[in-house]
Amino acid sequence: MHDVHPLIDVPDTSADTLTGMSTPSGRFSARDLALVAVFAALLAALGLPGSFALPISGVPVTAQTLGVMLAGSVLGARRGALAMVTFLVLVAAGLPLLAPSAVRPQGGLAVFTSITAGFLIAWVPAAWVIGKLVEMRPARFPLGWIVLANIVGGVVVVYAIGVPIQAWVGGLPLTKALLGTVAFLPGDAVKVAVSAVVTAGVLRGYPGIVPDRRHRPEPQDAGTAR
Amino acid sequence: MNLGSYLPGDSLVHRAPAGVKLVLLAVGLLALGVFRSPWTVTVAAVLTLAAGIATGLGARVLWAQIRPVLLVSAVVGAFQVWLSGPVQAAVVVGWLLVAVLAAGLVTVTTPLPRLLDAVVTAAGPLRRVGVDPERVALLLALAVRSVPVVAGLARDVQEARIARGEGRSVRAFAVPLVIRTVRYADRLGEALAARGVDDD
Repeated sequence: MHDVHPLIDVPDTSADTLTGMSTPSGRFSARDLALVAVFAALLAALGLPGSFALPISGVPVTAQTLGVMLAGSVLGARRGALAMVTFLVLVAAGLPLLAPSAVRPQGGLAVFTSITAGFLIAWVPAAWVIGKLVEMRPARFPLGWIVLANIVGGVVVVYAIGVPIQAWVGGLPLTKALLGTVAFLPGDAVKVAVSAVVTAGVLRGYPGIVPDRRHRPEPQDAGTAR
Repeated sequence: MNLGSYLPGDSLVHRAPAGVKLVLLAVGLLALGVFRSPWTVTVAAVLTLAAGIATGLGARVLWAQIRPVLLVSAVVGAFQVWLSGPVQAAVVVGWLLVAVLAAGLVTVTTPLPRLLDAVVTAAGPLRRVGVDPERVALLLALAVRSVPVVAGLARDVQEARIARGEGRSVRAFAVPLVIRTVRYADRLGEALAARGVDDD
């Protein structure tokens, strides 16, 4: 049903709508809605055990933050952030979509009362910031720019929101809460690198998908009603 | 299909409207977080436990709600004893456990579609700023439907990666997965457009 035949499933007419920011009125088109929903599902798939194991010893690394970076990078700011909201709503409603963790349940409203809630809520602005920065990437050396976007959005924004909330919920001084998260930085560095490489790979494998401010391809499917 | 964490029952807690439960939870926990004292946390703990017993789901279900956070609560508690004494430690850990139990109770006593409906209802007032509640409902339904599909794509890509002898390459997994995911979204978007989602 979801099987994709590599020879007949050619992505041709669709690329141009992916690059647009959505319909002219600022509303989300049907394709935008589909992309947002499907990337929310992709985030869930990246949390499945066994789908992914980053080789960092000692530190529990979830591939789901990688999904946050990819959603921002591939979908852009608006759709990326909405994909995060959609995913978090499904989690709040009780679907066990988060990667297993020793500090919180995998789904349900209790996720948002746990000590790491801020790190999850931060996914929304993180995807937005990453999307905005990737949209502004220069034509030359985009890989370095994508790395920078993922560091700013995927690490700085996430910690700037996650750590103070962790400190507040746990009744800890900010500096102590910050110290407790240093252990995760090596994993974050790996994820930033992986996300940038994957985004660049998607850019090559599916040109025109990653939103770009300056050179959007000309619409090719002018005959198709949108 | 019981996708969520819902456990059926016919208690007062089960029958209360989802919106009421969600508002009570949000207001209660926020108030408790702002006015954290031994006194308020004790009252909240008693009320939450009473609600938990009233669900009729039994002690094991209540225990299952707080079990995922026990370890981190113990760590935070030990830290608080050392930092600001046992009373403060009890308040912080008590708040943490009350919050998780109360939130867990709402989740296990409310079916997934009702919780999602509550979100759609809450989106109603956002109509003024251009949010269409019907599209919110559509988006949530599409996302729920897409979870098993994308999980299937991930399995296929995983098997392909192993078959190509690149079992450990992250790139050989993530690049095809993202591209297949986008293609699936393309077809989904075309199907939606064909059904007139863009027309109104």
